[in-house]
Amino acid sequence: MSTKASRSSARLMISPAVILLLGWMIIPLGMTLYFSFLRYNLLQPGAPTPFVGWENYYWFFTDPSFSAAMWNTLILVGGVLTITTIGGVCFALILDRPMFGTGIIRIMVIAPFFVMPTVSGLVWKNMFMNPVNGIFGQIATGLGFEPIDFFGQIPMASIIFIVSWMWLPFATLILLTALQSLDQEQLEAAEMDGARWSSRFWYIMLPHLARAITVVILIQTIFLLSIFAEILVTTNGGPGVATTNLTYLIYVSSLLQFDVGIGSAGGVVAIILANIVAFFLMRMIGKNLDA
Amino acid sequence: MARAISTNKKISNTAVAGTLGFFMFFPILWILILSFKTEEDAVRAPLEVLFGSGWTTEGYSAVQARSDYFKFFMNSVIISVGSTILGLMIAIPAAWSMAFVPAKRTKDVLMWMLSTKMLPPVGVIIPIYLICIKFDILDNRAMLVFVLMMINLPIIIWMLYTYFKEIPGEILEAARMDGASLKDEVLYVLTPMAIPGMASTALLNIILAWNEAFWTLNLTSAKAAPLTAFIASYSSPEGLFYAKLSAASIMAIAPILIMGWFSQKQLVRGLTFGAVK
Repeated sequence: MSTKASRSSARLMISPAVILLLGWMIIPLGMTLYFSFLRYNLLQPGAPTPFVGWENYYWFFTDPSFSAAMWNTLILVGGVLTITTIGGVCFALILDRPMFGTGIIRIMVIAPFFVMPTVSGLVWKNMFMNPVNGIFGQIATGLGFEPIDFFGQIPMASIIFIVSWMWLPFATLILLTALQSLDQEQLEAAEMDGARWSSRFWYIMLPHLARAITVVILIQTIFLLSIFAEILVTTNGGPGVATTNLTYLIYVSSLLQFDVGIGSAGGVVAIILANIVAFFLMRMIGKNLDA
Repeated sequence: MARAISTNKKISNTAVAGTLGFFMFFPILWILILSFKTEEDAVRAPLEVLFGSGWTTEGYSAVQARSDYFKFFMNSVIISVGSTILGLMIAIPAAWSMAFVPAKRTKDVLMWMLSTKMLPPVGVIIPIYLICIKFDILDNRAMLVFVLMMINLPIIIWMLYTYFKEIPGEILEAARMDGASLKDEVLYVLTPMAIPGMASTALLNIILAWNEAFWTLNLTSAKAAPLTAFIASYSSPEGLFYAKLSAASIMAIAPILIMGWFSQKQLVRGLTFGAVK
């Protein structure tokens, strides 16, 4: 139905968005890539910024905090994904059943997703995990136990806990949406044929949810690779580098130590990592776009 | 399909789900309670906080007195609403043309736009930071409006596209048969049908921009700092006051919690890029 005129006006309408996004992608990407091959530190203004080949990458990869950061990133992302996916399936199953006050209960479960990261980091750190004044500490003391110093003894587990609290609602909401599109008659038929709940779950519900679970994992991974504010306000990456993930390490080397070269090399590594995940995610989105 | 469900079963379901909801919501509930306590009462044992102490609103006035809370709040409003409006202005024509005048490569363009959202912020922060220093726009509200607009533009375009796609083409044909010009079509047929979708898109993006913490923390210091940065200033040990932190947190999250209530469905649509229906 589209005419030549409408097509050219369509091109005109889409061009601002395309130009902006193209610029937003290519200019910083190109600069990051370029900087990653320079010896460039903002603390030496006016100093030459010579081309040094792969030197920054060499320093970044041989820095002991790099392997720690990669490991921490893996544990953080893996830990949160495990908790939110399994928890999300359980939550969705519970919330999908008929009950009173569905709306109010659902908003209570989903609420943590709308809390800004700096608030949830600080609230959990101070009001709950503080060994003296926090609720957990006070309950432990009240029961006669030694309170745990969460961010001293189990810093990474504490951060995983906080981040999971924020992302569990996201997983729940998506899995709940997917669960509600399940054909009820199929479930009833299975039930009448004498299938137990466990087999109905395993052979009907879980396969139906498989796609949504994959999406939850992929999308969360993209966001979880960039966890930053929660770490900044709770541990500052410490103690030592115990909670420094890749994002935080790059932040430290570029914006705290002003080493643009090494920070950029780290940035390139982060982009490659995210792209591996994005590749699979985009394939899933693409498949659904035709349908 | 509908089976009779016994009231007892419903009650037990409600109890289980309610408990779940209570524990998820408890941290928010707790800071709501602490925000109405004095600093001395706020650090007492939980039961004493609940039953053994009075209520006061001095925490809220103290937050405004300690640092100009209203300024941070306004920065958050300007940045989140501004970036959303700017984003809509750029996204509406783009999504419109992709939905109503699809070309061969429309799908590829859309996919490419989405893929820019998957670029990790640390991969591009250094150049943006240096550009801001160069042009002296670090800690500048207009700059943040632009940056957050760019961050969320793929999501805005995507959501609008899915909403526009739902508008049936037959309606346009019918309007054309009745002699409507292109202008009439856009103004009287498409726009009224598209407004709900645009509103939901705007709502979700205000929420996302309001809570965005990586760019706002790294690109601001004092003038343009929004609430995310304001709350982060409470992380220093000397600034630690439970009642004030609670009051500040409640004020920072309350508007978004209310908006979030209305946008649960849009959340799924906007953040899964249509991969889950």
